[in-house]
Amino acid sequence: MQFPLLSVIIFIPLLAGLAILLFPAERREWIRGTALGAASLTILLSFILYLSYDSPVAGYQFVEELPWVPSLGISYHMGVDGISVPLVLLAGIVLFCGVLISWNVEERPREFFAFLLFLATSVFGVFCSLDLFQLFFFFELAVFPKYLMIINWGYPKTREYGGMKLTLYLFIGSMISLLGALAIYFGSGAHTFDLMALEKAGFSIEFQRMWFPVVFFGFAVLGGIFPFHSWAPDGHVAAPTAISMILAGVEMKVGAFAALRVAIMLLPQGAQYWAWLILGLGTVNVVYGALIAMVQTDFKYVIGFSSVSHMGLVLIGFATLSKEGLLGAGMQMFSHGVMTALFFSIVGMVYDRAHTRDIPKLGGLFQKMPWAAIGFIVGGLVSMGMPGFSGFVAEFPVFMGAWRAAPWVAIIAILGILITAAYIFLVIRRVFFGETPSELLRVEDITVMDKIAIGLLVATMVGLGVFPSLLSTMVQTGVNHVLSLLGGA
Amino acid sequence: MAPYSGHLLTLILFLPTLAALLLLFFPARWASFFRWAALIASLVPFLLTLSLWLQFVPDQTGFQFVEKVDWYAALRSTYVVGVDGISLPMIILTTLLIPLAILASFSIKERVKAFMILFLLLETGMLGVFMTLDLLMFFVFWEVGLVPMYFLIAQWGSSNRNYASLKFILYTMGGSLGLLLAIQMIGVVTGTFDMQTLFQTWPTAKVTFLGLGTPTIKAIAFWAFVVAFAIKVPIWPFHTWLPDAHTEAPTGGSMILAGVLLKLGAYGFLRLVLPLYPVESARYAGILAGLAVAAIILGALAAWGQTDFKRLVAYSSINHMGFVVLGIAAAAWAANLKDTTTAAIAVNGAVLQMFNHGLSAAGMFFLVGVIYERTHTRNLTEYGGLYARLPIYGSILVFTALGSLGLPGLGGFVSEFLVVRGAWPVFSFATGLAMIGLFFTGAYVLKALKQVLHGPVNKHWQGNIAEINLREIVVIAPLMVLMLVIGLWPTFLLDMINRAAMLWY
Repeated sequence: MQFPLLSVIIFIPLLAGLAILLFPAERREWIRGTALGAASLTILLSFILYLSYDSPVAGYQFVEELPWVPSLGISYHMGVDGISVPLVLLAGIVLFCGVLISWNVEERPREFFAFLLFLATSVFGVFCSLDLFQLFFFFELAVFPKYLMIINWGYPKTREYGGMKLTLYLFIGSMISLLGALAIYFGSGAHTFDLMALEKAGFSIEFQRMWFPVVFFGFAVLGGIFPFHSWAPDGHVAAPTAISMILAGVEMKVGAFAALRVAIMLLPQGAQYWAWLILGLGTVNVVYGALIAMVQTDFKYVIGFSSVSHMGLVLIGFATLSKEGLLGAGMQMFSHGVMTALFFSIVGMVYDRAHTRDIPKLGGLFQKMPWAAIGFIVGGLVSMGMPGFSGFVAEFPVFMGAWRAAPWVAIIAILGILITAAYIFLVIRRVFFGETPSELLRVEDITVMDKIAIGLLVATMVGLGVFPSLLSTMVQTGVNHVLSLLGGA
Repeated sequence: MAPYSGHLLTLILFLPTLAALLLLFFPARWASFFRWAALIASLVPFLLTLSLWLQFVPDQTGFQFVEKVDWYAALRSTYVVGVDGISLPMIILTTLLIPLAILASFSIKERVKAFMILFLLLETGMLGVFMTLDLLMFFVFWEVGLVPMYFLIAQWGSSNRNYASLKFILYTMGGSLGLLLAIQMIGVVTGTFDMQTLFQTWPTAKVTFLGLGTPTIKAIAFWAFVVAFAIKVPIWPFHTWLPDAHTEAPTGGSMILAGVLLKLGAYGFLRLVLPLYPVESARYAGILAGLAVAAIILGALAAWGQTDFKRLVAYSSINHMGFVVLGIAAAAWAANLKDTTTAAIAVNGAVLQMFNHGLSAAGMFFLVGVIYERTHTRNLTEYGGLYARLPIYGSILVFTALGSLGLPGLGGFVSEFLVVRGAWPVFSFATGLAMIGLFFTGAYVLKALKQVLHGPVNKHWQGNIAEINLREIVVIAPLMVLMLVIGLWPTFLLDMINRAAMLWY
């Protein structure tokens, strides 16, 4: 039997989290040592997964299948394709960096790290699922660590509101898509939850058109689609730093990925029918999100809304249903995940030291924390789609796809680039340059752990920007499969 | 043949980046180490460029030293570089001006490490534009050079630097959005970004989008290209970022802004607009010529009206670059009339004017910087009679200023003459107006010289102003020599440019 790489990646965090809960609370070194060990192992294995995925062969690889509830057609079915492998790698990177920057968590570190690891198991599980029921299982598993972490470790002023809002939004969203999933289950007539079997189920056009929006929008709530995006900035801001990184960096991709895997791939003709709506809403995401980000004075809200803006490009890429668009969406999910994890980690570092996120009260921090400043600048350049960084190689194909599907989308959405450039340059200048306010004169530099995290994230974005084929070849194989479903439908 | 010659362009292109990355690992307090390391790191590409020039075969068709590697295979974009007689002079200009600008920046005292690293990164960005033969890569290099320049202005600029740097980057990025859209559209329609293929296929390609036909779409795409390049050149009325950025930038930054960055825009016209849009270029050549003349006249008048020495030099760039655009417009129109001789002359003039303006503008900004470091003012009314105090500086200033004015015997005269000779048969009226603009050019140059060097001695500077030093002379001397050599014996450059231009038509 083949080594069950995916299961190992998925369950290492869960097991480590359970082990941590058994430790005595005062053993801080054991706790964070175990968390770091698990995260290191996970990132290493996800990198091995990335290296060993065979792009020329394409298709689902590392497949594991065991019966789970055979009477209902539910199985434990794992497998990855060219679109999900980068996302597994992304989750591995973000988890590792999240643990690093949470190294000095003071408050109940035992529960903190355990919940963080549980959350990781949930996202890995979704990315690797080839069974619809199992996908939902992992999808919902995230709810409780997310909620508990926000209300316990979040920003005291808004954590209850933000945590509740986020949980309710996502809960309603997933209930709606669960409804759609049940319809798919019964509609297929095959009485199976197996995604590969359902891809071939051949749903009628009327069925697809009716149920596509239910499934898609249910999941897309977690992807931050307008007008269901407002949980995202509030939730991200209320969450503790490591959770903001995972929420914006990985969880939003979970939503987008599930929307692709279930809604678009199982109901391709429904996707073709409703594409115009998603294109329109995605365009609103891009431009409106950027405009709102521009007027924020809270450092963290700027980043929160920028995520809404960037996820719009993922949605546009999906909805173009074209080769370039889907490729770009796949690249953008990875690129944005790394970028926004970097952003939130730096915002957290600044807040921990300056004790304020109010942009007018910040300034001159380049002198105090040069690594954080350079990291933020690189993240900013990625965010505005500057060539040479990963944002450009992801956004460019999205726009090419938009030219194929709906040129006006490309023409309007491109404004997002300019607006983003404007607010990013303003934030960089106001936070990291200029006069240092007297209260911040004694701010200390970031820790070595922080620097490792920033260095890893920056290197990933620059590396991908300079050598896009490192990822695009793989994503392309996944896209080809989606295209075959769209064309064959 | 040396073993590296197969990758000569790649070496020239990425050596500065490599050096910048290495410099990251040295401690920031070694200020003079960074100065010398950056200088040496930028001299190597210059020497390699000289070797490139020696190996370059002028009368060979097409691009030379071509290297090709897959880059973004999923979009069929490749890393492909090559040079011809139009890009080679620009590469020579860039690799020459960068070491000089670094030497000129030895007087920077703050954060020398970051300054030098940004400067080297800037060099790669600019060289990439001149070398690449892939449309997507062109855009990559086109944009990426903006970032170091933004930080050079925002961090080392003078008092109004925040406003100027933001205006610079948003103006240029905003202007490039149309270019970006047009490149995406071309990629979708043709399925390739390879320039050499596109030169063959794009002018005749059929495109329809949003219910619009081929001529309309092409005209829109043409203007998208033109606006992006016009902002960079800059052509009136897209020039307003320039006086702010050039005035606020540190001296080395201004030298590169005026010396090389403006050429990127003009190069974009020659490399992309004329070959990709021959029909549209000819159709709208009259408008371009009109805007060029407006830039020549209004640029000169605006320069004349300045009281800030650096701003005056900044506006003079608009005036001089107007001649480049006039030459390009004339070439587009003449090519349409099948008057290939005139078209080739106009292209020759435009390229040589780009080179000459690179020399004279960099020189002028440097000399403004020299006097500013000593007086801490750029206000023309606060100088006066400095010739008596600074005879060497004064002589150099007069020489450089006259070179920029277009005095026969110096480079500017040859190229402006060629542009006028190329434009006269096709745009006689516009050329006539441009000659009037040339009169104002003389007026503002002489005004600046008079206010700085002549007249009653401003007592304020009595005894407390130092003569130009040896390092500064080393910076300006190569520029002066080249101006003189091109003025007296332009053939050594023109030969190369001319053969490339003749091969076009």
